[in-house]
Amino acid sequence: MSKLTPPLPKFLRPAPSRSHEDDGAGEGNGGEPGRAGKVRESAAEGSANVVGWLDERSGISPIVRAQFYRKVPKGTNWFYTLGSATLFAFVSQAVTGVFLAMYYEPDTSRAYESAAHITNEVFLGELVRGMHRWGSTVMIILIFLHMARTFVFGAYKYPRELQWVIGVVLLVLTLAMGLTGYLLPFDQRSFWATTVAVNLNASAPVIGPYLADFMRGGAEFGAASLARFYALHMLAIPGLIAALIGAHLYLVAKLGTTAPPWLKAEKKALRQEGI
Amino acid sequence: MNAREKEQYLREYSILKGQGKPFFPYAVGKDGAMAAITLGVIIAMAILFGAELGPKADPTTTTYSPRPEWYFFFLFELLRVIKPPELTLMATLGVPTICLILLLLLPFYDRSAERHPLKRPIAMIGAVATVVAMAYLSIIGALGGPPSEIEIPVAAQYKPGADVTAASGCLGCHKIGENGNTLGPNLTEIGDRLGRDAIARTLVNPTAPMPSYQGLKQENPEQFEELVDFIASLKKASEEGG
Repeated sequence: MSKLTPPLPKFLRPAPSRSHEDDGAGEGNGGEPGRAGKVRESAAEGSANVVGWLDERSGISPIVRAQFYRKVPKGTNWFYTLGSATLFAFVSQAVTGVFLAMYYEPDTSRAYESAAHITNEVFLGELVRGMHRWGSTVMIILIFLHMARTFVFGAYKYPRELQWVIGVVLLVLTLAMGLTGYLLPFDQRSFWATTVAVNLNASAPVIGPYLADFMRGGAEFGAASLARFYALHMLAIPGLIAALIGAHLYLVAKLGTTAPPWLKAEKKALRQEGI
Repeated sequence: MNAREKEQYLREYSILKGQGKPFFPYAVGKDGAMAAITLGVIIAMAILFGAELGPKADPTTTTYSPRPEWYFFFLFELLRVIKPPELTLMATLGVPTICLILLLLLPFYDRSAERHPLKRPIAMIGAVATVVAMAYLSIIGALGGPPSEIEIPVAAQYKPGADVTAASGCLGCHKIGENGNTLGPNLTEIGDRLGRDAIARTLVNPTAPMPSYQGLKQENPEQFEELVDFIASLKKASEEGG
């Protein structure tokens, strides 16, 4: 039997006792701690705080510390907050989206009624719907500003090319969120604008008709289409966005943010001073 | 960027980083302030502009305006700028796809080591030109005639029919003059191709996606006749009003 069960990984094995050196002299005979010693030992273990408990098991604190106290380059200014502001707008969209999903019903006969119910009857419903609706506008603007900053500062160049590529994919996914979300209130404007958008997709060569059929869930725009847009808007695209934001942030942490390009000359002088 | 330039960049960057301040609390503070501003703007917009909800979607009605979100205006406008039908595909998919691929691959064709914006004239001119073009198309798209307006000159006797046409949402799919969309056939010169009776028959018994105007004919025959008269009058400019 024991051969069949693999040994515990190191991090799951019980930690060695901490308090041997204290009790050896008094109650111990031959190095074995007595009953009182055992109580004291467990008390000493219990005094370790929650952070210590977590850290002992996850080993995360050096990573967190390194990230929190890492240096950001000289010259970092307000333009560098646009990326985190975009992330914050995404979080705001996620939170308001969760509240909207509590009341929204993705069914052609109920979608409009549930949207009207949220707007007119649910406590603070109109505010949350408004925040979600205008949050998308704010997020798009922030993405474009963030991208403009990256472009002007030349921050997409070595070694951050991959970060730029991920960022462009995130832009496309955010636009896809705007497109799929636009249909959900299911009023005249959103219905017909989405119909036009899907028909434009259908005109693409080769894959166009298949893509349009997939989006509509058939040849006609109807109940299946609404369910598909809802699933894409609620699960598929936000999941992808969250994962890619994770990759984007990993690269930020690994490579650091750029310094403004005009600091170059000054820096050379400083380096000569140092040498 | 060659290997020497890469190494030089990394070395200079590490020096600049060494001279910087810790992420916490300096950068975190700025990010937090910006997050608060972002939330404030979102809430302010939500309170000021609200969340409008138009009439319920109805695939059988005809009065609607298929307006996309503002950040898609430039794409819609591209459709209007590129007019010849054989180039429509270019406008809807070709140009946006090419622009997107160029954007995605930017770091792979712009490989110079220079980062200062004033020392990258080609990149900056290209970027400014792109932004100006998108802004121009978006503004034109925002100001462009909504699909419930007909701007071509209309002879006095057809004016009531033009109003019925505008109110019936024909321009949601069809184009008359500069107004309307391109889903259905262009109606600007439909009078040359179809006679009055054929137009009336099509309105009552249309092909698949187009809604029937049978209802209008039964409830308001006078308006229906005006509508047919107006559409039948749409001919090449030389014969206008004849």
